[in-house]
Amino acid sequence: MPRPTRALALQTLLALALAALAYGAFANASDKLARQGIVAGFGFLGRAAGFDISQRLIPYAAATSTYLDAFCVGLLNTLLVSGLAIVLASAIGFVVGIARLSPNWLARTLAATYVEALRNLPLLLQLLVWYVAVRVALPEARDPAAWGGAYLSQRGLVLPRPEFLGAAWLVPLAFATGLLGAFAWGRHVTRRVAAGGEPGPVLLPGLALGLGLPALASAGLALAGRPVAFAWPVPGPYGPEGGLPVLPEFAALLLGLSTYTAAFIAEIVRAGLASVARGQGEAAAALGLSRARTLRLVTIPQAMRVIVPPLTSQYLNITKNSSLAVLIGYPDLVHVVMGTVLNQTNQAVEVVGLTMAVYLTLSLGLAALMNAYNRRVAPVTR
Amino acid sequence: MRSIPTALLGALLAVPALAQGTPVHDTLTGVKARGHLVCGVSGGVAGFSMPDGQGHWHGLDVDFCRALAAAIFDDPEKVRFIPQSSAARFTALQSGEIDVLARNTTWTLSRDTAAMNFPVITFFDGQGFLVRKSLNVTQVKQLDRATICLQQGTTTELNTADWFRTRGLSYQVVTFANSEQTLGAYESGRCDAYSTDKSSLYGERLKTAHPEEHVILDEAISKEPFAPGVRQGDDAWRDLVAWTHYAMVDAEEAGIGQANVDEQRQKTLSPDVKRLLGLEGRYGRGLGLTDDWAYRIVHHVGNYGDAFSRNLGEATPLKIPRGLNALWTRGGLQYGPPIR
Repeated sequence: MPRPTRALALQTLLALALAALAYGAFANASDKLARQGIVAGFGFLGRAAGFDISQRLIPYAAATSTYLDAFCVGLLNTLLVSGLAIVLASAIGFVVGIARLSPNWLARTLAATYVEALRNLPLLLQLLVWYVAVRVALPEARDPAAWGGAYLSQRGLVLPRPEFLGAAWLVPLAFATGLLGAFAWGRHVTRRVAAGGEPGPVLLPGLALGLGLPALASAGLALAGRPVAFAWPVPGPYGPEGGLPVLPEFAALLLGLSTYTAAFIAEIVRAGLASVARGQGEAAAALGLSRARTLRLVTIPQAMRVIVPPLTSQYLNITKNSSLAVLIGYPDLVHVVMGTVLNQTNQAVEVVGLTMAVYLTLSLGLAALMNAYNRRVAPVTR
Repeated sequence: MRSIPTALLGALLAVPALAQGTPVHDTLTGVKARGHLVCGVSGGVAGFSMPDGQGHWHGLDVDFCRALAAAIFDDPEKVRFIPQSSAARFTALQSGEIDVLARNTTWTLSRDTAAMNFPVITFFDGQGFLVRKSLNVTQVKQLDRATICLQQGTTTELNTADWFRTRGLSYQVVTFANSEQTLGAYESGRCDAYSTDKSSLYGERLKTAHPEEHVILDEAISKEPFAPGVRQGDDAWRDLVAWTHYAMVDAEEAGIGQANVDEQRQKTLSPDVKRLLGLEGRYGRGLGLTDDWAYRIVHHVGNYGDAFSRNLGEATPLKIPRGLNALWTRGGLQYGPPIR
């Protein structure tokens, strides 16, 4: 047989075998499900859930909410913890990564110790330390530590909850405006410098806009006699009630995920900074730029093209590792849907499929975002 | 209670041969021909079924199977115990892999109509609450606004939500994937109460560092009647399983136990006891057994009270009170129809 024909025949055979295997798995599963009296399909999502969930970002009640609502609660909890962990891990990671290259011996050694310790211990173990060891050291729920209207105990942290009702919406609005303004100012200064203009301060005006505007708004509201109201936590028979509770499961997962992933991000940042040619820093110093300015204006922008691709995979890891929530009882997507919904409905195939589809969508979406950002920071190739 | 892996396996990988096995219509004949009984148990619940260091099985469910073997073979050792996961247990019974399922299984309408028959309730259980003594809580309703630890994917989650809601009370829930995590969270102060079947709570309490600091509330918020399961369509076998339990209850009511059954057999004058022990009448024949079937049960295994105190009672570490499982003459629900 001539080579192309043989290759074609082999590939056809392989494709047929794969198709047969897939069909066999499908037929077997539908046959077993039918025999167990399980109706395939997603109709079960509309039925009443009947169980409670400890942390809910949307209104949810056992009696009236459906399995679809429970799914959304779990998904939002996953997004919340992953999103915050990405921000926190990046912040810690950048600081530690830069500190590893610091001329200061203490900063360098502390950063190296942090990275080596956290990177080399299993995440599961670190989560258990945060959830069990740290929590046990806190005061009991009926005798919490109180500080400025907030309470800390083994049941977590309870904060006063600002209630943005009516005119009080001005405060978050002012905050958002301030943030946008700070960004716009930053871009303006960058453009001016690029066009050969004078550099100007960025950090101080940015802070003033971001924090000053909401402060001004709250002060204005207070003067107008309509201050922002707070729902204060109050002591109850079994511990503090009301307010804004931060569950220990959430705190442990957020801290565990952030500090662990930050160690990897620090190494990525260090590698990125080290990849920038030495001459760049020396040239900046020769021009009289301070070390901080050299980092911010010369080294980091060039390092980003090396940092972003591996950083993307760390962000994906955070999203996927957030499912370790099941081990400490945080109601993320896997905990709620694979743990409770699957067992209450027995719709194993649908539930597992749905969960996989969600993680795939999240990961691909995040990767697409990061790739778009990477194209922006990548150098213009000549 | 079900677990994720087993539910998945059950749904996806159930071996076709098991699901298709033809029902055996005459279980007793099959058991006699085989020479031993095959009994499905949970295999890991203290007081109900658990093997000891030497591989010898103990527990209330185990003793029930031994009583059945004693009645058939006059030998309580002619039983083979096969641990069953909660997901696979019904398939194992339907396929004929086991003759009887004695696995703290709650009798519900849907299981009765779809999967099997439940001849008799051997243990009355309900969902209970474990709390610290220092809370001074005696009733479930005092747990209004408390935090409760539960194992997820169980009926416990649903019962608790229903109970608190219908009474206009509130609670905070924290759920975990398995009982070790749930108990750990409760013990470390994350929750005020830990809720699951009362019979399991006694075992769970023993696992805490200081069992004497915790108390199980008397109240139960759900009905969990544990019953042995048999295949549908085999009335003779169903009768035999039911009467094995009734004989143990009737013996306790008549004051006949393992300690005095031989003596009583010699000198009793009571016609009830004579019928029970096969000295009068021919009651064993109807069950397909010899007339001394009930004597064999009491002689080898004891009456219901003997089995209870040996496996669950005050003399054991579990210290489960008789409660609903006391005889009807003592305010409980255990009631055996007359043997005549």
